[in-house]
Amino acid sequence: MQRRTFLKLIGSAGLGAALPAATAKAAGNKAFTGYPDAMGVLFDATKCIGCRKCEAACNEVNELPKPEKPFDDLSVMNAKRRTDAKTYTVVNKFVPVDGRPPVFAKTQCNHCQEPACASACFVKAFTKTPEGAVVYDASVCVGCRYCMVACPFSVPAYEYDEPLTPRVMKCTMCHPRILEGKLPGCVEICPKQALLFGKRSDLIKTAWERIGNEPGRYLPHVYGEKEMGGTNWLYISGAPFQQIGMREDLGNTPAPELTSGALAAVPVVVGLWPVLLTGIYAVSKRKDRVAKEEREAAVAEAVTAAKEKAAAKLADELKKAEAAGKRLADAEARKAVEAYKQELEEKAKAAAAAADESGDESADEKKE
Amino acid sequence: MSHSTQTNKGGMSPLMVVGGIFLLLGLWLTFQRFYGGLGAVTNLDDNNPWGIWIGFDLLCGVALAAGGYTTSAACYIFGMKRFHGAVRPAILTAFLGYALVVFALHYDVGRPWRLPYPIFVSPGTTSLLFEVGLCVFLYLTVLFIEYSPVALEWLGQKRLRNAVHKLTLVLTIFGVVLSTLHQSSLGALFLIAPSKLHPLWYSSYLPLFFFVSSMFAGMSMVIFEGTISHKNFHDKMDEDHLSASENVVLGFAKASCVVMCGYLALKLFGLAMDDNWHYLGTGWGAWFLFELLGFVALPALLYGIGAREKNVKLIRWTAALSVLGIVLNRFNISLVAFNYHLPASERYFPSWQEIGISIFVVTVGVFAFRFIVTRMPIFYEHPDYKESHH
Repeated sequence: MQRRTFLKLIGSAGLGAALPAATAKAAGNKAFTGYPDAMGVLFDATKCIGCRKCEAACNEVNELPKPEKPFDDLSVMNAKRRTDAKTYTVVNKFVPVDGRPPVFAKTQCNHCQEPACASACFVKAFTKTPEGAVVYDASVCVGCRYCMVACPFSVPAYEYDEPLTPRVMKCTMCHPRILEGKLPGCVEICPKQALLFGKRSDLIKTAWERIGNEPGRYLPHVYGEKEMGGTNWLYISGAPFQQIGMREDLGNTPAPELTSGALAAVPVVVGLWPVLLTGIYAVSKRKDRVAKEEREAAVAEAVTAAKEKAAAKLADELKKAEAAGKRLADAEARKAVEAYKQELEEKAKAAAAAADESGDESADEKKE
Repeated sequence: MSHSTQTNKGGMSPLMVVGGIFLLLGLWLTFQRFYGGLGAVTNLDDNNPWGIWIGFDLLCGVALAAGGYTTSAACYIFGMKRFHGAVRPAILTAFLGYALVVFALHYDVGRPWRLPYPIFVSPGTTSLLFEVGLCVFLYLTVLFIEYSPVALEWLGQKRLRNAVHKLTLVLTIFGVVLSTLHQSSLGALFLIAPSKLHPLWYSSYLPLFFFVSSMFAGMSMVIFEGTISHKNFHDKMDEDHLSASENVVLGFAKASCVVMCGYLALKLFGLAMDDNWHYLGTGWGAWFLFELLGFVALPALLYGIGAREKNVKLIRWTAALSVLGIVLNRFNISLVAFNYHLPASERYFPSWQEIGISIFVVTVGVFAFRFIVTRMPIFYEHPDYKESHH
């Protein structure tokens, strides 16, 4: 076995469980750095004018229901909106510095390189395509909505009002159009070139070139280059991202790594518990048996001792009884002998008396 | 109620009437849910995809049904034979608990008829929810087999019952393995969302917290359920069960006290690991301490006192407090501290219909429990199988 393979096995078997966060990488079986030719979109917040044309195009190409207020009504931007079951993308207006012009930020699925939704889905309804898009397959979806819990950008929405066939709804980067060689709907319509479609690796270069060329216009941060392990939708802005509705506290750990430690505990539990529990059972069973045997031995010993004592006592009693019997017999015999002796004596006395009387009579006869 | 159930057999006790109303209400809400979709009855939205049907019915349901594996492991694996008479009620509670969890999930997921999909159609093995689903499915099967001797004794199927009874040890071990996995992975579900759960509750130890707390949740629930059963079904209980339940109350109080202390230590360890001490001074910190001190440290102390002084009454009250504490903890993680960063207007609060369905599910459980214990040998041994255990 190669050392690498061995370490991987050790990692997935034990260490992952012992140190969930630290060895998350060791528990996974490969490091994924994204599909090399994956496409993406670069959004430039300094160029967006908040015309909502991208929202309209998105609505049309994805055949989504028409909204209550038309897309040329810009008053909807006065309240912060999010993507929902009928809207794959929204543009929000922010005023980071009072008195300065507003900054617009477009929200849609960021198409993570290692998507949280795909990692969380228990029926593999989400796929990260080699072209860059994260797509959803409604034909296996159970509707548990764990993808919505998992998504750090809070993008997926749900058809809560659909009783029988509710779907998770989110931007597809216009994956079917990309396969046909077309641009995503929003990119195609943008009148200000605030959206740029291209290979993700190229877009990152372009983004840093723009930042480098005009350092006063941009902050030196390409949002999505590293966030949550990197996304295929990238952002550059002059205002801090935190101030235009984008979280900067998400970290750079890809979502699957967050759970790989816990998943690595499964083989440990499955392997260890049955052995350990059977052992504990055997020990407790043996303890019971030993206790039982000891108890039985003690009982047997006590019984034997009692029996012996009883036998000894019985023998003793018998002896005593025998002696007593003998004594009794002797006394009886003596009594009988005495009685006989007395009888004989009395008989002898009587005989003597009779002899005396007859002697007297003969003497009297002689005298006469 | 014990009095009325005995004197009014066939008639309706007030509690039965209330239960009946809940059932009717539940049926009406069920119709609404499947006719109008989730949106018609819930306050769920795109930011708050999980409500009390997950926070209460799933998370609390599974944690409080942990008494099945704790009691059977104590009796059959650790050889604590004096708990024997308490195993059957615990297994029944667990079986009904898990069955109701699965039942309740049919309301929460969008397409419930696809619930077998993760196992049989398209398994997504990278998901913690897959682990939960697979383990709950397998464990429900295990609990069904563990429970089946009761029904088989009732039905007079002697040979089948004896065959199943031989599997006890294997099933118990299998049950502990599966419980370890899904109890912990229910906590691990939230590992993927560190940006949404407040740092005081988010920890890489979440799976461990959920598993360890499930132990005292299960034991407390066994004591709590025993308290209620004693009030209502005392006439059904035989000598073995009565003496076992006394043993269980004292034994589980002591064990819960120890496990709760361990849990507190783990929680402190979690705080230290992520260096979250500074959050304790905030409002969230006060709420966190309220949960930890009021519903873990306090019951641990009371359990300890109750076990030492053999104060069964104190232990029974403590069990209720602990059960409440588990509910609070699971609510905090899935609802209160989840999405803590959102403004109040975007936060979730359950609709009355959601609460209604949750009450309906619990009511179904109570009725099923009552149906079974009044007919089948749960609190007493079937005369044909006396002394046939082990």
